[in-house]
Amino acid sequence: MFSQSRNDWLLFIGFSIAVLCAPILMEPFGGNYPDLLQKLAIFGLFAIGFNILFGLTGYLSFGHAAFIGVGSYVSIWSFKLLTMNAIPAVLFSVIIAGVFAFLIGYVSLRRSGIYFSILTLAFAQMCYSLAYSVLTPITNGETGLQLRALRTNPDLGLLDADIRVLDQALGIQETSVPTPNFFGLQTSGYEGFYFCAVILIVGFFIAQKITNSNFGMMLKAIKSNQNRLNYTGIHARPYLLAAFVISGMYAGLAGSLMAVTDPIAGAERMQWTASGEVVLMTILGGVGTLVGPVLGAGIIKYAEQKVSSWNEGIISDFFSFLPAGLQDFTASFVSLFVGEGWHLTLGLLFMVIVIFLPGGMMEGFRRIVGLFKRPNDNDTVSNSATAQPAE
Amino acid sequence: MAVTETSATEAPREFQSGVANSVLHINDVHKSFAGLHALSDVDLAVREGETHAIIGPNGAGKSTLLNVCVGRLKPDRGSVTFDGEILTGKEPHEINQLGVARVFQTPEVFPDLTVLENVMVPALSKRDGHFTLNPFKRFGAETRLRDEAEATLKSVGLQGQLTALASSMSRGDKRRLELAMGLIQHPRLLLLDEPTAGMARHDTNATIDLLKQIKEGGMTKVIIEHDMHVVFSLADRISVLAGGRIIAQGTPEEIKNNPKVKEAYLGDEEV
Repeated sequence: MFSQSRNDWLLFIGFSIAVLCAPILMEPFGGNYPDLLQKLAIFGLFAIGFNILFGLTGYLSFGHAAFIGVGSYVSIWSFKLLTMNAIPAVLFSVIIAGVFAFLIGYVSLRRSGIYFSILTLAFAQMCYSLAYSVLTPITNGETGLQLRALRTNPDLGLLDADIRVLDQALGIQETSVPTPNFFGLQTSGYEGFYFCAVILIVGFFIAQKITNSNFGMMLKAIKSNQNRLNYTGIHARPYLLAAFVISGMYAGLAGSLMAVTDPIAGAERMQWTASGEVVLMTILGGVGTLVGPVLGAGIIKYAEQKVSSWNEGIISDFFSFLPAGLQDFTASFVSLFVGEGWHLTLGLLFMVIVIFLPGGMMEGFRRIVGLFKRPNDNDTVSNSATAQPAE
Repeated sequence: MAVTETSATEAPREFQSGVANSVLHINDVHKSFAGLHALSDVDLAVREGETHAIIGPNGAGKSTLLNVCVGRLKPDRGSVTFDGEILTGKEPHEINQLGVARVFQTPEVFPDLTVLENVMVPALSKRDGHFTLNPFKRFGAETRLRDEAEATLKSVGLQGQLTALASSMSRGDKRRLELAMGLIQHPRLLLLDEPTAGMARHDTNATIDLLKQIKEGGMTKVIIEHDMHVVFSLADRISVLAGGRIIAQGTPEEIKNNPKVKEAYLGDEEV
């Protein structure tokens, strides 16, 4: 279970240190506040799970946001019905998201390629629509599912009053609407970030084990040549379904952490744009790599928070060293790409990455490292041999 | 070289009936594509441990016949039986798990995996079956499996390319790699579709030697090949397919001297 190569342990330790030190590392970039740090950890986890399906098998799902929504709703219901402790909420969310993923995957994986993507998109949009219509008694529709005070009037429904049977059985007193906790520790603010960070590190470790396992190799073989794999005696569909369920569970876990750090669940989390966002994160960071999706998630969430908050005034101040006329023109032009127009920046960045770095940021790092890497002796010999002019 | 309609319809049925001690039976198989009869009334029996060559001109239906055997195509009529198990209607992975491996006409490897990984995947399939969910068992950590994969790659002459990506290999090397992928499964029946196509003469001879060595191990092989040097070096028996029908079967000597085969397939070519 814990056997890993030295390089894997080094990667894992380096990743863990980087995640736990994120508040310090993000300080120079003005990103060391809990809300952003929590988002980085949660979406990093979402992207790691998504990469197990997309990165390893090549099957592109456009419906993973549905599992985020499921995870969020299940967590809030766990808070409303059972206890404010985050652990049961997280566990139930992962299990129920896994069941949903099994059902959706079982049907969608009967097709591959674009048809698989369309099927997953259709299922996610169905979930989104259902949350706003027939499932309103469970999701509370547009208002969203929220925590309430304990029920004192038996005529109140569960949407308007909570029961928290486990907390009551344990005699936990409530004076107002409580917040989620981890055995008494708050799960908001920096405590919330560290709660998410530890789960992200565990999630990374599991993804690392899966990627390097026999199972992971079969997933890579599916991506490489599924037809050949069938003639090798492997039934690809159970492997694909297992990968789909695992990645759905990761998404459910991410959705649960959203509810744990901010206890409200709305159907907008299931919208197709959320599913598209994780695809961007994965491709931006590096499909099929372990660190890439987390990096992509970090960049997109940071840009979403920072670049979208910039306005023409801030940009104008930034270009204050320019002559007045040029300053106004530059500020007007650049302001098209910030504030509400930050998606334009994201789109351009995505295009540049796909065209020039199909392997994402991780490929960029590899190329940079390659520039500084000294060729070994064999390379030197062969290079010098080829460099000699013909007689 | 062209096969006349007359010779194709005069297929001697007595050649095509079951043979004692046979492991693969192809019974009355018929397959057509949009009205074109790719296979018609094909009966074939392959004996255990023999190397059975199927020859015939392009478009004779040789690859279609192999596709029917491995479950890639379903016949319109007839059945294929391997060691008492009916293969018709089974999925390719089920057929492989029964002990039938195939080497394709166009090399089918895992281009994004290394040479060693390409061989270890079928080895795992042979050991663990068509699905095993063990996401915590490290790939490549089992020394015995790895050693076997390296030995198999050495037997096909690829020991120097273990960490190379399969996509970077030459066509001839990909063929040898695919052969290794089949061999590591120790199949009871190995179906080879033109295993030496695209190889230089030296590599072809090496492959012949390798397949002869395997023969000593008792593995049954069905080989489709255009190169008569390969066919007559390896085959214990030969079936001649033309126009989707078996027109002759027999030992290499019998086929060499069969006037119908000479007329229909070999023509004036000196064998």
